[in-house]
Amino acid sequence: MNAFVEVEDVSLRYKAQTGNESTLAVEHLNLQVNQGDFIAVVGPSGCGKSTLMKLATGLHFPTSGAVRLDGKQVDGPVSIAGMAFQNPVMLPWRLTRDNVLLPMEVVNPHRQKIRRSRATYRQQADELLASVGLDGAGGQYPWQLSGGMQQRASLCRALIHDPQLLMLDEPFAALDAFTREELWCVIRDLHLQKQFTTILVTHDLREAVFLADTVYVMSARPGRIIVSRTVPIPRPRPIEVTYEKEFSDLTQELRGHIAEARS
Amino acid sequence: MNHTKSNGIQVDWVKLSPWLCTIGLFLFWEIVVRLFGIPYYILPAPSHIAYAIYEFWDALWWNSIQTLWTTLAGFGLAIVFGLLLGLFIGWDKRIYAGLYPLMIGFNSIPKIAVVPILVLWFGAGWLPAVLTAFLISFFPIVVNVATGLATIEPEMEDVLRALGAKKLDIMTKVGIPRSLPYFFGALKVAITLAFIGSVLSETIAANSGIGHMMLTAQANFEVPLVFACLIALAVEGIGMYALMAGLEQRMTGWAHRSGFNR
Ligand SMILES: Nc1ncnc2c1ncn2[C@@H]1O[C@H](COP(=O)(O)OP(=O)(O)OP(=O)(O)O)[C@@H](O)[C@H]1O
Ligand SMILES: [Mg+2]
Repeated sequence: MNAFVEVEDVSLRYKAQTGNESTLAVEHLNLQVNQGDFIAVVGPSGCGKSTLMKLATGLHFPTSGAVRLDGKQVDGPVSIAGMAFQNPVMLPWRLTRDNVLLPMEVVNPHRQKIRRSRATYRQQADELLASVGLDGAGGQYPWQLSGGMQQRASLCRALIHDPQLLMLDEPFAALDAFTREELWCVIRDLHLQKQFTTILVTHDLREAVFLADTVYVMSARPGRIIVSRTVPIPRPRPIEVTYEKEFSDLTQELRGHIAEARS
Repeated sequence: MNHTKSNGIQVDWVKLSPWLCTIGLFLFWEIVVRLFGIPYYILPAPSHIAYAIYEFWDALWWNSIQTLWTTLAGFGLAIVFGLLLGLFIGWDKRIYAGLYPLMIGFNSIPKIAVVPILVLWFGAGWLPAVLTAFLISFFPIVVNVATGLATIEPEMEDVLRALGAKKLDIMTKVGIPRSLPYFFGALKVAITLAFIGSVLSETIAANSGIGHMMLTAQANFEVPLVFACLIALAVEGIGMYALMAGLEQRMTGWAHRSGFNR
């Protein structure tokens, strides 16, 4: 059986902007993610992690090599993916609920349906918001919510169209430690419930080990995978595992790999 | 104090203060003129100016309408063309990068230098006034609309593009609503500029309008009338600005409440 996401010997060179040279962001990048898996990608800053996300969602195309999603070559935007970033980027003139519904106004077949049955869609958005602990926030504006609440709403926006692939690019980096751990559990439960394939890019090794089946370490630029480490701790994991020895040994080991990659 | 409070009548000093200050200014002016016996052909007292307003009411009114009309015509043109050009420039980062410096360059030309050319082309009258108002108020609208469109957060664009959104989707759902506060903010600036433009042109080459009337009064040495014209201009300018500020407040309240663009 083929993997759900296949990145095969991919290189990507960003075209030179005025004044600077072209950048080889990733080279000989190989990655396979099976359907329903949760993987994490860690690596030194600037090694091409965000580039990997853009390759997998069809926002950029490889200079050489191939990216396949669900057996099909990625040659344009893939509407089966949802994305969330460090910056929740909500539209301040829309209610939180209508922000969550934004993808529905774009992807088929919803973009036709939503005009006729807005009320049903609103209810769906409110239910999704409630499932991440945002009961009643749908009727508020995003700027009335705290940073952590906005990030939850941004997760809902990424998931509203039931994507098969969820892309998270350092989604919790700007949050305080408590909120971050709360959101780890939110993601864990959502993944358990909906089984979407997830690629999480993060700088937080504890986050990677807590959430992922497999953690990949990337080399410094041009980025490629240098270590792949499966996490043997059974899932779903309670937050208490983060205090166990097995867990901290794993994060230590990964920290060592990244230190090597940087030098 | 306690008494008024229990009656529910509270003096709102913040709201009252601009009125008090204005009245205070005129009183101060009146007193200074009388105290030092300043002759009316140097600085007429407000009471003197008020009399001139009364005396020349019909002419003042007619010329004010004339100036208002040219200003609004130029302003209207500026809105239409400013919006269109702003949308065009902001549509694509490359167009924006190419044309933005050019816009800034054009904008830095003192518009007073253009009036003689306009008069040369169109003769004296209302047309150069309308065109000057248009030219001078056009740029803030273009630049602001284009900036609002061109500064969409890249993450927002990624989220939508990855879902297969077309450029038109991104513009109608994100770009245009996002540039509205910039647009209405620009209108406030533009109306003031349009007014300056039309009055400027009237004082150079026109046969009607407050600017022209002022020039005639000055030539006839009717100093109180010159000041009466000045007051008429101030009233008109403040009125139009207040209208635009109110419109901005109404249309883009979310931007103020959310601290957008600050
Ligand atoms: N649009 C672009 N144009 C040109 N160069 C780019 C572009 N995007 C990224 N790069 C370059 O490609 C390299 C990899 O960038 P990328 O954003 O993928 O790194 P990253 O691993 O996500 O970094 P970080 O951990 O800091 O987020 C960097 O050197 C960056 O300067
Ligand atoms: Mg990044």
